[in-house]
Amino acid sequence: MNLNRRNLLKIAGAAGAGAALTGGALASATTRGAAKNAAGVLVDTTRCVGCRACEAACSEANGLAAPEKAGDDTVFAARRRTGPTSFTVVNKSAEKSPAGEERYAKTQCMHCVTPACASGCVVKALEKTALGPVVYHEDRCLGCRYCMIACPFGVPKYEYTKAAPLVRKCTFCAARQEKGLPPACTDACPSGALTFGKRADLLEEAKTRIYQNPTKYVHEIYGEDEAGGTSWLYISDVPSASLTLPQDIVKKSYPEMADGALSAVPFIVTLWPPLLMGLYTFSKRRDDVAGHENSPKGAGHE
Amino acid sequence: MAPKAYARSLFTRTNAIFAAILAIGLPTLAYRFWKGMGAVSNLSQTNPWGIWVAFDIVCGVALAAGGYTVAAAVYLFGQKQFRPVLRPAILTGFLGYLFVVVGLMVDLGQPWRLPYQFFLTPGTTAVMYEVGWCVFLYLMVLALEFLPAALEWLGMTKVRRFMSAISIGIIVLGVTLSTLHQSSLGAFFLMSPGKLHPLWYSPFLPIFFFVSSIAAGIGMVIFESSVSHRAFQDQLDPEAHVDMDALQLGLAKGGAVVLFAYFFVRLQGLVASGRYDLLLTGWGAWYALEMLGFVLLPSLLFAFAVRTQSAKLARAAGVMTVLGVVLNRFNVSLIAFNWNVPDRYVPALGEIIISITIVTLGVLVFRWIVNRMPVLHEHPEWRGAH
Ligand code: SF4
Ligand code: SF4
Repeated sequence: MNLNRRNLLKIAGAAGAGAALTGGALASATTRGAAKNAAGVLVDTTRCVGCRACEAACSEANGLAAPEKAGDDTVFAARRRTGPTSFTVVNKSAEKSPAGEERYAKTQCMHCVTPACASGCVVKALEKTALGPVVYHEDRCLGCRYCMIACPFGVPKYEYTKAAPLVRKCTFCAARQEKGLPPACTDACPSGALTFGKRADLLEEAKTRIYQNPTKYVHEIYGEDEAGGTSWLYISDVPSASLTLPQDIVKKSYPEMADGALSAVPFIVTLWPPLLMGLYTFSKRRDDVAGHENSPKGAGHE
Repeated sequence: MAPKAYARSLFTRTNAIFAAILAIGLPTLAYRFWKGMGAVSNLSQTNPWGIWVAFDIVCGVALAAGGYTVAAAVYLFGQKQFRPVLRPAILTGFLGYLFVVVGLMVDLGQPWRLPYQFFLTPGTTAVMYEVGWCVFLYLMVLALEFLPAALEWLGMTKVRRFMSAISIGIIVLGVTLSTLHQSSLGAFFLMSPGKLHPLWYSPFLPIFFFVSSIAAGIGMVIFESSVSHRAFQDQLDPEAHVDMDALQLGLAKGGAVVLFAYFFVRLQGLVASGRYDLLLTGWGAWYALEMLGFVLLPSLLFAFAVRTQSAKLARAAGVMTVLGVVLNRFNVSLIAFNWNVPDRYVPALGEIIISITIVTLGVLVFRWIVNRMPVLHEHPEWRGAH
């Protein structure tokens, strides 16, 4: 893929004009995909007790109003979604564990390894940082809401009621991480359901837990390959579908799906003009010949 | 005309309708910017794109394709017989794009930041980045392509002559830019394989969008030329009599071929996806309606019209083609998008009013220009010139 792209860029560079339009494709190869030691969180839903401490901590860390019905278990009656003022929500699983216990899972931005939202944003308002978080630069956003169209997990939310609206979503507490602190939710979790660490290590940890308890866990790590891999990883003893984790996610990098179209750009930019000019010369010559044979020049054909 | 008589001539039934639309539409537009888009629209967290994107932008760009289609036919393929519809097509294209940008401004949350993508923080990996540049450059190309008409109107002979000298370069640039952004509009949805119904999702979406934009361009030119012919009788050239029927039949020939090719590539998309099972669902019926009723049927009607030399049939097929492309763009960007999500988006009245207002403004500007500049007729001093 990379070799290909580099070759294409060479062709485009030769044409000059193409380079301006396609320089981005090269940049993307480096900005896409996080470093090997990027951060992640392992969610082990077998340990989650549904206390919603993560929700409260998230709201506090992000300066949002306290979660609705804090401490009131009736919120679990309906499925909730994240919103412009709630970046993470805990939902009750549709299925109980084999031992008959309730299961819960929090949802938030998955902080994809190759995020569709960031690669599709026309002003780089969303950006995957080397540390792991997909951050939002609110001073750049146009409000085109393409990130909402592109995100396979339906994460970015919009402030429709404001005159100068912004996209809102979980920040993975990027500011805290820069100071060496863990994300607020993982810090607040009392039951050890959320483990913060390097994604690569957490993947090992998840596999170990499944390997050591093969009859307990479902043999699936949600987030390992979903959308090309996400910083957040889920393991459970109930299927991920019942945890309200979206199931129609393709297991490859989403930005790559648009690569074909983008890498066609230099081809068109370099090939079309000479081809079209050729067509023009050809049809003009045919015209001139025809013009000689019958009508006087300039009158055109009727 | 004396000012008074001119003022009186403005009181027509059409103008009354236009005035009524603007009287409702302009305040709605103001309200949208004052209170935010949530106040006038049904856009939601699950359905962030509504008709302002689906109709004003995605359809708008396709319906403005007449400019590059006819320019390519006349200049590059040597189909000189289409020259009489070239200027109106270019003007329609120019205004089409201009009002696509107006539609975009309405849909953007913070439209004043639009220049950021060109200067401050260009998101070079984004499909939209490419579309943005292409539309911006193509708008300038269309302005240049239309400039001769304005220059003739203003009597600026020298500049006008210079414009003729560089016209081929401009046309080539315009066709190249159109190829790029018409196809890239389809690429918007490449990252939505789970959201767009599999009968419409395809890695070939850019190709589908490109081929169907040519069909849309042909359909629009047929449609627009017959409407203009009726509405602007007084503007038509008395000397160079144009046989509109013959011209439209010529376009129909192209329409038949392009639509058939389009039908074929869409079928190939279906074969590649292998999802024949979905054809037997309700979505399958909807897909079949689009493909058979609004692609294959107009293609056959065009062919039949050419064989029987029926310009009337060609015009009907032209309208169906336009509707078919609109239906396709709506399906991809709205109807079959989020097909498995329970909360369906239905446009709010405010959204519809604003869309109608934008179209009306476009028609008014078109009329203003056609009534003044040599668009539907040739300028007497420039007869036969390029
Ligand atoms: S989950 Fe969505 S919003 Fe979050 S990083 Fe991935 S694509 Fe972006
Ligand atoms: S809404 Fe903002 S953050 Fe999302 S893609 Fe558009 S400009 Fe980028």
